[in-house]
Amino acid sequence: MTSPIISIKNVTKRYPGVVAVDDVSFDIMPNEFFALLGPSGCGKTTLLRMIAGLETSGTGDIIVDGQNMEGVPANKRPVNMVFQSYAVFPHMTVRNNVGYGLKVTGVAADEIAPRVEEALEMVQMGAMADRKPDQLSGGQRQRVALARALVKRPKVLLLDEPLSALDAKLREHMQLELARLQQVIGITFIIVTHDQDEALSMADRIAVMEKGGVRQIAGPEELYEKPHSRLVADFIGKINLIDATVSGTSKAGVTCLAKGLGRVVVPHEGTASGSVSLAVRPEKLTLSDKAPSSDTDISARGVIRDVAYYGDVSNVFVTCADGLELAVNVQNDRAAAGLLENGREVYASWHPSDTLILEE
Amino acid sequence: MENWKQNKAVFWVTALPGIVWLLLFFLIPLALIWGMSFGEKTSIIDIEITGTLNNYIRSFEAVYVKIIWKSIWISVISTAVCLAIAYPVAFGICFSPARWRPLLLLLVILPFWINLLIRTYALIAVFRTRGTLNFTLEWFWNLAFLDKLIGPFQPLELLYNNGAVIVGMVYVFMPFMVLPLYATIERLDRSYLEASLDLGASQWRTFFSVTVPLTLPGIVSGIILVFIPMLGMFLVPDLLGGTNAIMIGNVITDQFKAANDWPFGAALSFLLMYVTFAALALRAFIGARMKAGVGI
Repeated sequence: MTSPIISIKNVTKRYPGVVAVDDVSFDIMPNEFFALLGPSGCGKTTLLRMIAGLETSGTGDIIVDGQNMEGVPANKRPVNMVFQSYAVFPHMTVRNNVGYGLKVTGVAADEIAPRVEEALEMVQMGAMADRKPDQLSGGQRQRVALARALVKRPKVLLLDEPLSALDAKLREHMQLELARLQQVIGITFIIVTHDQDEALSMADRIAVMEKGGVRQIAGPEELYEKPHSRLVADFIGKINLIDATVSGTSKAGVTCLAKGLGRVVVPHEGTASGSVSLAVRPEKLTLSDKAPSSDTDISARGVIRDVAYYGDVSNVFVTCADGLELAVNVQNDRAAAGLLENGREVYASWHPSDTLILEE
Repeated sequence: MENWKQNKAVFWVTALPGIVWLLLFFLIPLALIWGMSFGEKTSIIDIEITGTLNNYIRSFEAVYVKIIWKSIWISVISTAVCLAIAYPVAFGICFSPARWRPLLLLLVILPFWINLLIRTYALIAVFRTRGTLNFTLEWFWNLAFLDKLIGPFQPLELLYNNGAVIVGMVYVFMPFMVLPLYATIERLDRSYLEASLDLGASQWRTFFSVTVPLTLPGIVSGIILVFIPMLGMFLVPDLLGGTNAIMIGNVITDQFKAANDWPFGAALSFLLMYVTFAALALRAFIGARMKAGVGI
């Protein structure tokens, strides 16, 4: 069994009046693409900066490659960071920016030049080596920041919201590019992001953070399909949360009395009781103008309130009995044509096994 | 109003008082003095503008060149000391908790509230032979029983030399150095410094390779703001320097007052202004170089 490249143990960081990072513990494995995901102010950036050594005076242990980072200053840690603002030095050329980290640590000049070239080639910035940062676009500056960190051959690369300043098209491109780079270089990447798509598409594992604490750590698929809590379910993608009360547990699953649905039986591992939420993803629902033939499906009759058209799919909002609102993702294929009109009466239905019972 | 060019009436109404003021009380007197610098004294009160260059030629006599040169080097040293003290002060203010900053800035500009003359006299009270500083030193001298071991305390001669002038100038001009530095350092994105540390640079290395180059505009502004008035300073050398530390500002004042030789004083004034213009041109040159992206 391989040992973790980074161990976070009971790390806590308090600011006057707030706990930024609240007793967080987890391990990151070598060569992993790890994402810290959460809304702004959840402590993810603080945690990243603590790993980098830029944020001090926290408690707990941060162990990088077997070495406790306690008391090790930022400039002596085997990690490098790509800053949200890129922080590419405006008074140096691209080449000098990338070479800076080698020069200041006393790497011989004849070794610096080829390593800088190599790093710049890696991010396809070789042709721009003699430019100044103000002659570069945002995306190019980010590549320089990447090369500048990677040229140091860190054990772990830290990325603080690296794509937030890029436009949508470029962001998508850079997501693929980052994932490719990580595979080529084979080092651990830790990325901080508030964008769930970014985390889902790039990361091997994702830690969802909220109010300084880690709520769930899992792979993208597990996080999406089996969230542990309402918070995680709601933060990762869109989800319908339906208030329900558990009335009994049997072999077939948990029987609940759900708002707008009545009595439903949902397969569930373990037990559940009291007030819960039934969670179902919008794309698991199907719309039909006839009542579903299968009586095992959960279904609700309602009226289309709103249709948001996105080209390939439409987000349809259906108002059902009891004020239950359901969001449904509909593929805009031939079956959907003519069905999606405001005010039309429809049946929204889904398979019970697509339903999650969330207690938290 | 989006652009003054689109509304000329508003532009003229708001700008006219300023323009008139500058013309009446700055440019016209300046032109008069400039004309006077090419004139000759014909009697005690009459000056005739003859177009002579004698005043300028006289300015290059050894005695005046020596004083100009001394003014320059005293100003250079004072500016350097000012910078060396003001940079850490400005840095400290920028990195102090936000709620302390207004108070600290207030402390920096507080001396402005007191007349320059009074502040300079206060310095005399501190530095004179029987002044605050010597009394304090004597107290420590006696406290350490040095008066029993070595002999009674000999007061230090702190006034009426070049050192006193430099101390006085640094004291007077410090706020002019701190404020532009503060303005630039405050705008400096901290992530540049963090990036430098993250890349393995020491604090010192970060300071000289990142902080100083990125705050150069503030450093240059501070130097200009301090060096130019120091060159023409006459009050501080007059009070703290006595006869030993005469600067060009004192010579010029003397021409207009005691010596009653306005044409020569005018010529010296303009020479000083040319030095100032040279300094400003240097600043513009550095600014252009930085904008063009030539390495610093």
